[in-house]
Amino acid sequence: MPLLETHDLTAFYGDFQALYGISLTLQAGETVAIIGANGAGKTTFLKTVAGLIKAQPSAVRFAGNDVGSRPAAEIVRRGIALVPEGRRLFPSLSVEENLLVGGYSSRYSGYWGLKSVYQLFPALAERRDAPATALSGGQQQMVAIGRGLMSNPKLLLCDEISLGLAPIVIRDIYAVLPDVKAQGTSLLIVEQDIMRALSVADRVYCFQEGRVTLSGRPQDLTKDAIHAAYFGL
Amino acid sequence: MDVGVDVSAAPSPAPRFVVRTTTRLSSLGTMAAAGLVAALVVLPAFADRRLVQDLFFVLTMLVLAQSWNLLAGYAGLLSVGQQAFVGLGGYALFGLTTMAGVDPALAVVLSGLIAGVVAVPTAFIVFRLQGAYFAIGTWVVAETMRLVLAQVKQLGGGTGTSLPPAVTSAMVGLDGVRRLFDVRGSAARDVLAYWMALTLAVLTMGAIYTLLRSRRGLALAAIRDSELAAESCGVNAFRTKFFVYVMTAILTGSAGALIYLQKARISPDAAFSLLDWTADVIVIVVIGGIGTLEGPILGVLMFYALQTYFAATGTWYLMLLGGLAIAMMLFAPRGLWGLWSERFDVEVFALRRTLLTSAAPDQDPGARTDEKP
Amino acid sequence: MLGWIDTIVQGVLLGGLYALYATGLSVIFGIMRLVNLAHGDLIVLGAFLILVLSTNGINIVLAAAIVAPIMFALGYALQSLVLNRTLGRDVLPPLLITFGLSIILQNALLELFSADSRRLHVGALDAASLALGGGIAIGIMPLLCFLTAIAVIVALNLLFFHTALGRAFRATSDDAETAQLMGIDNRAIYAIAMGIAFFVCALAGVFLGARANFDPSIGPARLIYAFEAVIIGGLGSLWGTLAGGIVVGLAQTIGAQINPEWQILAGHVAFLGVLVVRPRGLFPRAAD
Repeated sequence: MPLLETHDLTAFYGDFQALYGISLTLQAGETVAIIGANGAGKTTFLKTVAGLIKAQPSAVRFAGNDVGSRPAAEIVRRGIALVPEGRRLFPSLSVEENLLVGGYSSRYSGYWGLKSVYQLFPALAERRDAPATALSGGQQQMVAIGRGLMSNPKLLLCDEISLGLAPIVIRDIYAVLPDVKAQGTSLLIVEQDIMRALSVADRVYCFQEGRVTLSGRPQDLTKDAIHAAYFGL
Repeated sequence: MDVGVDVSAAPSPAPRFVVRTTTRLSSLGTMAAAGLVAALVVLPAFADRRLVQDLFFVLTMLVLAQSWNLLAGYAGLLSVGQQAFVGLGGYALFGLTTMAGVDPALAVVLSGLIAGVVAVPTAFIVFRLQGAYFAIGTWVVAETMRLVLAQVKQLGGGTGTSLPPAVTSAMVGLDGVRRLFDVRGSAARDVLAYWMALTLAVLTMGAIYTLLRSRRGLALAAIRDSELAAESCGVNAFRTKFFVYVMTAILTGSAGALIYLQKARISPDAAFSLLDWTADVIVIVVIGGIGTLEGPILGVLMFYALQTYFAATGTWYLMLLGGLAIAMMLFAPRGLWGLWSERFDVEVFALRRTLLTSAAPDQDPGARTDEKP
Repeated sequence: MLGWIDTIVQGVLLGGLYALYATGLSVIFGIMRLVNLAHGDLIVLGAFLILVLSTNGINIVLAAAIVAPIMFALGYALQSLVLNRTLGRDVLPPLLITFGLSIILQNALLELFSADSRRLHVGALDAASLALGGGIAIGIMPLLCFLTAIAVIVALNLLFFHTALGRAFRATSDDAETAQLMGIDNRAIYAIAMGIAFFVCALAGVFLGARANFDPSIGPARLIYAFEAVIIGGLGSLWGTLAGGIVVGLAQTIGAQINPEWQILAGHVAFLGVLVVRPRGLFPRAAD
């Protein structure tokens, strides 16, 4: 049974339809990447899975349960955490407080806690009391990821974690993902950088204007096929 | 009324665009309104004094309601301090007539303008606040005015004062009315006040309607939807809101002057009463339908009916009003007119701008049957 | 000279009362950008509830201890059942609902208790005072009021800065949507916040009633003083609210010293003055 599956998922912003029936599966332990141009619906998809946008109950199934219409706060308790686009750290809270708030719902005490997150990102330990938004972009991204981990999720959703960061910083951030996977967390990553997505994922989906235009394992996909699927040609 | 924008040069087949606001219903509505106003003008010849007084109340409340609606419903400026201008208008009238000997009718106009002048520095102060805090800020301003005016002994201080007979019996046109309708002085004064209220109400509706159909009205709608986006299109939000604030102050002040001319007695607590000049007005607009021109009209009529039947019950009546405001916000935030116009998509006062296009350059866009609103 | 020192001391103590009025307002606005126009009437409600208990022989302190949790529950219910439905970008619905609530409260209290002036009696403490030397004396009740204001602010700051719930409050205030991603239920947070505000209103009600006569109509004026204290102090800081309250209190007592009729007006003038010169208040939070 897949850990996450969506059936014909549709999503609207008022009258505007953003998703036209997305069907996606993710097996436990897998890393799945979603690529696509701006406005393709990738962030909308993650927000729907995370519960910020309502869907039909059976359109999203997690660990065998229908969760499509459940609110975000409940989805977190069920084991899905979202690292939102743009990081969205809490400006009034320090680095450590941001991490602690990530663990607010912790029903599962698990591997991830303050100590293990600081081990993963040593730079944060030094700046634990600084206001979170005073850190550099890369460090803020680390806080955001750490915050997501604090709830010990079974599935971590990462929305454009490389956005606005220098290549060397992106490399450092992606370098920790194997440690995250090693603890048994599955990953669903939205990534603008196609090469990086292909290098880190077990399977890839390509979105274009709210629809899946391509899916498969990176080694089975040709550059031309991806190109066509990305741009909708 | 059409605003034609010809996008094409003579021979090229580019489409023509025309912006149209008049609809068939609105044309009918305009004619009906004209007829209604004419009927109201001649009404005193047939109606008894009680009706004239009641209509005076309805018309002045309509002015206050349309003003508040423009401020809160269109400009997004939620004020709970409009009683400042009612009181200011009233006191300006008393001051001008008793201390400067100005004719009452002229004094009404001047009082409105004085209110507008005071609104200028007031705006600079209260515009520093946003949202709910803006609301209370306007209230504090009103309270301040009340307390200041209560110190002015020449106008009665804390207990207030009355208009002396010399003022009330010297109004221009009073003798004419007395002879025309064969009534006594105080009834004649009521008729004069009524006509002034009717004039003010018509002027108010006209001014607001013209404003909303103008470019500034379009700017207001844009600001209401998203101030940031509107500013990035070149709209000066501050100046637009400032204009509306001063305009409504003038209208509200004129109404206040008129109301207290008719009452002939003023006191700080009454003139600056939150309940009478803001709470009632807000309930009117909310019941009728905020952000529409039809709403306040409907609201005033409903309120008049409510007051006629329930006001005697005192506290229970007020609790009813409070409960009504809560219920409207929870279940019908667009008011009664909003419920109806949503169902039937109607607009009596034509404000919605419809974009008509025609593919062929020589075809009249008005003749097309498919429109893009 | 003595008169002026006494005036200043009284002004500071009055500031404590206004800070107590203002704290609930400050918390609600900080967390949900909502202003409860019935806030002043709730303080009066608290005073009346305590009056009912105390006229039935219950000691004031005990009465307050009973009424405060009841008020907390009322606030929680109001937010959960009514106000949570209107959260969103539009400022009008919550404002109007609380406005309607204010009118209902005032008139319900009028029906139940009539417009007669009431007073809470605390026995010997009513008129007790503490001599500070040099001829200055301060009333025990005003002093207790000031100390209560400080205690409330300390307690709330402990809650906000040293507990998980407090972090949840601050996170929700920063970014309600992302707070949900942490497993924080916004609606519950708002309800608790409103409950806290009502609770503090009950405490304020004790000192409102003990200090001077009260009747159902004096709520709106308390709302205005509370509001002035919050704005003068600056949004986002409870100690700022205390400072704001003291400024209003001082303005009023100094104004009254010059001319008794100018007391309230002096407070408004101070408020408008701060608004013109320092629109963000005297001690605003840095980020906003």
